[in-house]
Amino acid sequence: MDLDPEGIFRDDSDSDNELYEEKEPTKDLAVYLIDASPKMFESITAHGDEVEETYFDIAINCITQSLKTQIIGRSYDEVALCFFNTKEKKNLQDLSGVYVYNVMEREAFDRPTAMLIKEFSSIKDTFMSKIGSHYGVLPGSRENSLYNALWVAQALLRKGSVRTCSKRILIFTNEDDPFRNMTGAIKADMIRTTVQRAKDAQDLGISIELLPLSRPDENFNISVFYADVIGLEGDEISEFLPTASEKLEDMKDQLRKRIFKKRKVRTLLFSIANGITIEVNTYCLIRPTLPGSTMWLDSVTNVPLKIERSLICADTGALIQEPPKLFHTYKNQKILFSMDQISEIKNISDSHLRLLGFKPLDCLKDYHNLRPSTFIFPTDEEIIGSTRIFVALYQSMLCLKRFALAFYGRSSNPRLVALVAQDELISSSGQIEPPGMHMIYLPYSDDIREVEELHITAGATAPRATDDQIKKASALIKRIDLKDFSVLQFANPALQRHYGILQALALGEDEMLDIKDETLPDEEGLARSTVVHLLEEFKTAVYGENHDQEEADALTLKASNSEASRKRQKLTENATKECAKYDWNDLAESGQLKNLTVLDLKFYLTAHDLPMTGKKEVLINRILSHLGK
Amino acid sequence: MARNKETLILLIDVGPSMHSVLPEVENVCSMLVQKKLIFGKTHEVAVVLFGTEDTHNDLEKEVGGYEHVVVLREIGVVDGDLVELLQNLPRGTSPGDFLDAIVVGIDMLLKKSPSGKQKKCLYLITDAKCSTKDPFEGTKEDQVWVYKKTSEEKFPTLKKYSDKAHPSANYATHEVKVGIEYKSTKDPDKFVPPEQRIKGYSYGPQVIPISSAEWDAVKFKPEKGVKLLGFTDASNILRHYYMKDVYIFIPEPGNAKATVAVSAIARGMKEMNKCAILRCVWRQGQGNVVIGLLTPNLSSVDNIPDSFYFNVLPFAEDVREFQFPSFSNFPSCQPDEQQQEVADDLVRMLDLAPSDTKEVLQADFTANPVLERFYRFLDLKSKNPEVDVPQLDRRLKRIAEPDPETFSRHKPIIDNFQKQFELKENPKKKKLTRRAWREKASASNEEEVGVNDGVPEVHSASLVKCSTSAKVEKVSDLNPVQDFEAMMARRDSSKWTRKAIKDMQDYIIDLLENSFDGNSYPKAIECLIALRKGCILEQEPKEFNQFLINMYKKWNTSDLADFLGLLPSKNITLISKSEAADSDLTEEEARNFPVKLEDSFE
Repeated sequence: MDLDPEGIFRDDSDSDNELYEEKEPTKDLAVYLIDASPKMFESITAHGDEVEETYFDIAINCITQSLKTQIIGRSYDEVALCFFNTKEKKNLQDLSGVYVYNVMEREAFDRPTAMLIKEFSSIKDTFMSKIGSHYGVLPGSRENSLYNALWVAQALLRKGSVRTCSKRILIFTNEDDPFRNMTGAIKADMIRTTVQRAKDAQDLGISIELLPLSRPDENFNISVFYADVIGLEGDEISEFLPTASEKLEDMKDQLRKRIFKKRKVRTLLFSIANGITIEVNTYCLIRPTLPGSTMWLDSVTNVPLKIERSLICADTGALIQEPPKLFHTYKNQKILFSMDQISEIKNISDSHLRLLGFKPLDCLKDYHNLRPSTFIFPTDEEIIGSTRIFVALYQSMLCLKRFALAFYGRSSNPRLVALVAQDELISSSGQIEPPGMHMIYLPYSDDIREVEELHITAGATAPRATDDQIKKASALIKRIDLKDFSVLQFANPALQRHYGILQALALGEDEMLDIKDETLPDEEGLARSTVVHLLEEFKTAVYGENHDQEEADALTLKASNSEASRKRQKLTENATKECAKYDWNDLAESGQLKNLTVLDLKFYLTAHDLPMTGKKEVLINRILSHLGK
Repeated sequence: MARNKETLILLIDVGPSMHSVLPEVENVCSMLVQKKLIFGKTHEVAVVLFGTEDTHNDLEKEVGGYEHVVVLREIGVVDGDLVELLQNLPRGTSPGDFLDAIVVGIDMLLKKSPSGKQKKCLYLITDAKCSTKDPFEGTKEDQVWVYKKTSEEKFPTLKKYSDKAHPSANYATHEVKVGIEYKSTKDPDKFVPPEQRIKGYSYGPQVIPISSAEWDAVKFKPEKGVKLLGFTDASNILRHYYMKDVYIFIPEPGNAKATVAVSAIARGMKEMNKCAILRCVWRQGQGNVVIGLLTPNLSSVDNIPDSFYFNVLPFAEDVREFQFPSFSNFPSCQPDEQQQEVADDLVRMLDLAPSDTKEVLQADFTANPVLERFYRFLDLKSKNPEVDVPQLDRRLKRIAEPDPETFSRHKPIIDNFQKQFELKENPKKKKLTRRAWREKASASNEEEVGVNDGVPEVHSASLVKCSTSAKVEKVSDLNPVQDFEAMMARRDSSKWTRKAIKDMQDYIIDLLENSFDGNSYPKAIECLIALRKGCILEQEPKEFNQFLINMYKKWNTSDLADFLGLLPSKNITLISKSEAADSDLTEEEARNFPVKLEDSFE
């Protein structure tokens, strides 16, 4: 399958296939358990004038967002959406108070579809009439809806092997004490059985995660009940909720970040020195998201086609069965290599990651970059003590403002890397930058180009700005300031459009939502009189008073005088003469354009100032459309 | 990338003071020419030596003087002979005057290639540092030209070789074409013609057919151009957000006003510690936009203008906001004061950029060891097709491994570090990497010893290689299958069969246990197939069957389970009675084996 057949995401350089080899190993199976008790439908909005929002709305909203991200980025992951504390029930076990939500043409536990996302995002409108909200745990009844929900979720997660999948149950609730209405032995018994059910699920390799929706006035108290369910102990409990979120947006942010499963790419051994080797995990925090794969279909049946590739000898036409040797032409000889030899050449180091030494941070230049960085975080899983060494080095590097230079001995493309320690950054919406090191892939001298040298003005010094000019520039810079710029603020307009189109087609909708290109500059802001004024001042300081006029004069002079333009003019004249030999309208009508030579076609194109690129067929089409056929 | 023609004159000092480094010079210069043979076949190179005993140059004949300067080779297109020439530089006897050499070089350039179009350079070599430069293609943006500053020089794409043509056929190209056939999934014999094919785009599990014309009509089409979004504090953008190779924005040559404008903004940005955010569409018709960061690059050389670097930034979709625990949350993993102190020492002392000497391993002067090794191998192979892959020489080794000198100089610090921190295996985990971990540790200890004794370490792999004509006595890493077969075929003693089987089994286990993300699987499969075949031929089915069963028992629940999963598809099953009489398994039992075993383990 071709990742990017159109080449739209390729930009100037070739897409780097190797980058995408770093696929994460497992797929994620997640059951979302959403509390639907009446308490979830209480309003959360503090200010009266805003649109009313309930806890339930926020949960639905965040899940919808994450499903949208998932269908773009990780469409092989599977989800099941399941409400508990409902009036109606729908589940294979026929347990009350649990409703497994689904749409047409989809299994209960399956990959998200366009239909699922669409229907689920607007579930609020029909929820009360179709599913209904109802306290599941009430005095006088033995029903335990949370227990039932965990049971249903565990049954759903029977799918797939723990070895190849990660299995999760995510609980969305704003009730920290689900058995508050119960008393005495019945309460104790319910707590015990529910916690036991959760433990059983965890023993099967299912992790249970809690996404609490806390109120602005009172915190979600995890130690009342849920700490036991998700298996937290001691310190972990106090660490669970970093800060009570004061703003609604922050709560959404925290929720959204928690939904995603953290995936490590691989585990590396990091040799420090003299046999000291620690263990670290790598994560891809930043990787370009590309449009999904494409495949060839039979246009009659819309069934995917099978593509068979075969190697054919160019000389004899014979099919080649065994993997062929490789060659490279050098000094007019064909030098042959076996695959083993190629991999031996590439095998430079026998360690995964090897420390070479340290350098001050300013040795890492802005042009020392080739591809997105990789994040590394220590683990004690196999080598106990790794984290302690890592933390010690990390703190020294932060404090001494140094980065580590290391050799990353991957078999396919071994490289020198810079390991830059990143301090943890936290805001009200939670962690912004995790603590750890970022591995930055460094170029070799082969990859660096001395472009500046082409611009050496022989014998003369290059002009520099005067202090006054710099001052004018600074004033301008100060005025066009993006205060809280964050790399997260722009969605990729091409990708949004791509999926917008697909979503509309998948749902059979005629109209496509108009997608706003957030990357366009703020024209209004730039047109403010203060900005324009400063810009004018800067221009005058650098270019002089009459620059615009000079420029225009220079252009006209250039156009009439230059060698190239005279040449072009002559060519056009000639072409006009040549193409007058044919009656183009007539030729086009009778479909005889294809009988002309490409040269003839190009005369027409030159004479009418049209682009001349493309194959003959393209040229003919261009002429036809120019003639209005 | 378009590479223009380039004329290069190498001015090499071969005087007595240079003799010790000349081997290095020969290396680097011939490497440079080899590279040109691959990437710049039309480039012209000349070689001028100075510090020689003789004198031979035009200026000496025309005006006199210019002694001890020899034109070894006049300006001409690169060829293989030139490589030879540079590998065997003569040693000179008199101290060289590099000024004379430069004048001779310039004279040659003026006389032989008067046209101003191509790039001309003189490389003066007095030590082993020599960087290569290529001219580049760029696009003009208003008054700024945009170039790539870094661009990964990839491993050359090798062509596939076909040996089907008759050996005597001189015309043969030996090239291989790839034929692609589109077939219906339902009816594998039915070809689908191009006009009946339509592209399908995945959206979740759905595949949506869209013709390319329809797609063109609706897809995102931004206008070409570079737009400024604004300036922001440099600290708002962390270094690890840089996504790709780097561009440089440099003022239009000769345009003094543009140069000043760039200079003013760059210096203003530097002073205020700001950077600029741009939105770029490089070409008309490009289907996406790029958001990036402009940072000032102030020139320290008088005749080079100030410029900007441009780094691509991620979009919101490209960033995964994984949450990690704070380090302060692991009280058990906090280093104590003493430990922190030795870590500080290590970070301070293992210094690659000390203030009093030159920065080591600077990216701009560090060659790609894989490419260097490939060029060298290519050149060696052009002379002798049977030659082995060359070992890494000391210079290249210093890129991948720490400098033993630095490390032994700071041995007390390293030893102290080792003493302060304790590492131990997690007893609960019986994982495979442990073995690799311990082996690595001992290997680097040995290396340390080797260095102290002043004996250069030797890369073992290429020494172990056995020539096929000699009698093979062990399964080596290089040609395990051939070695195994050769040993199995030995008839001089029956012990060889046993040893071959045993060696091969050990080798396979070794391969798999040291496998890094499945990189050794193909080789292990190959070996396993050979082992199975060998055991059938030599009527030793039990050896193989027991081995396979043990493998399943050992690894069924480990990381290597995915390897085991591959085996049935490669027809690697137990050996049945029908294949080797000594086996006590029926064909069906043999075939069903892994499935059954897996069941019993679930």
